[in-house]
Amino acid sequence: MKELLHLYLTFCKLGAVTFGGGYAMLPILQREIVEKRNWATNEEITDYYAIGQCTPGVIAINTSTFIGEKRKGTIGGIVATLGFITPSIVIITIIASFLQNFADLSIVKDAFAGIRVCICVLIIQAVIKLLKNSVVDRITAILFVVVLLFSSFTTISPIIFVIIAGITGVLVKNWGGKVQ
Amino acid sequence: MIIIRLFYEFFIIGLFSVGGGLATLPFLYDLSARTGWFTEIDVVNMLAVSESTPGAIGVNMASYVGYTTAGIPGSIVATIALVSPSVFIIIIIARFLKKFRENELVQSAFYGLRPASTGLIAAAGFGVMKVSLLSLENWSVSFMEIFNWKEIIIAVVLFIVIMKYKKHPVFYIILAALVGILFHLGT
Repeated sequence: MKELLHLYLTFCKLGAVTFGGGYAMLPILQREIVEKRNWATNEEITDYYAIGQCTPGVIAINTSTFIGEKRKGTIGGIVATLGFITPSIVIITIIASFLQNFADLSIVKDAFAGIRVCICVLIIQAVIKLLKNSVVDRITAILFVVVLLFSSFTTISPIIFVIIAGITGVLVKNWGGKVQ
Repeated sequence: MIIIRLFYEFFIIGLFSVGGGLATLPFLYDLSARTGWFTEIDVVNMLAVSESTPGAIGVNMASYVGYTTAGIPGSIVATIALVSPSVFIIIIIARFLKKFRENELVQSAFYGLRPASTGLIAAAGFGVMKVSLLSLENWSVSFMEIFNWKEIIIAVVLFIVIMKYKKHPVFYIILAALVGILFHLGT
């Protein structure tokens, strides 16, 4: 029980100090989990990241579940994940309720109009970065363009694209011969 | 029974969004179009707050949408629903870790999933562009009126600045908020 509480509090702390999740979290994980607590090795953390990238969901969550599971089995995985999401829920709820009351002020509207421009730029740059690892040949380039166009100009659910793309990957890699 | 619907929607999002925080974005656009719980502009504002606060972006987005839709219970339910599929899947995978990584079927599926996920995020980025850089409702006035020139110039400047100085996104979000207030972008 004490160990579970420790697990919960450790991941609570990680959730509260991580900005952006994913790779931004890696140095903090190495310090808190590998060096300070010896709960996992650097190699294991790298493995968790690799698997996090090829399983559904947020990478930070997958990593929390992995480390929790390693420490205390299934319940440990659940407790670590709950720890990680607790700060998000608390902080976001406070900010959201605060913003709801001030959303009509013109200064808040102006600020968010500026922020939206920034978000637009940040997404474009994130996409440029993602392209390097995802579009590696002609087939992946076609997949990217087709999904971009259909997702922009139709109301087809993203789920459909995910399923079709996964199946396409399996078909091309296993039965497509040497297509480059 | 909006709480049950919230759980269902975010469970599905958690199950199908692959590869990092922004991957939830296209699903939230889809959710906004289908349910009307929040607007496209809300999505972008929520993303801004989620990027500027601690925690993983996808998790923060779920907390925010949940709160907007059904208050504090909504926030808790949406967040737990989002992470539930990964918790299930990871606990199963943890049992046979190595085999999973080397599985060819898994690797080949991801060969197709990665570009699709990038395409979905790019399309969501296009949606953000529509609400921040363009005024499509002005198309009947004149072609030039479609473009919000002030915003476009700021975007180009920001793009160059971010490429050059790789600071944390929060820094640029605060900067952009100040620029927005200075130029009265919202009014």
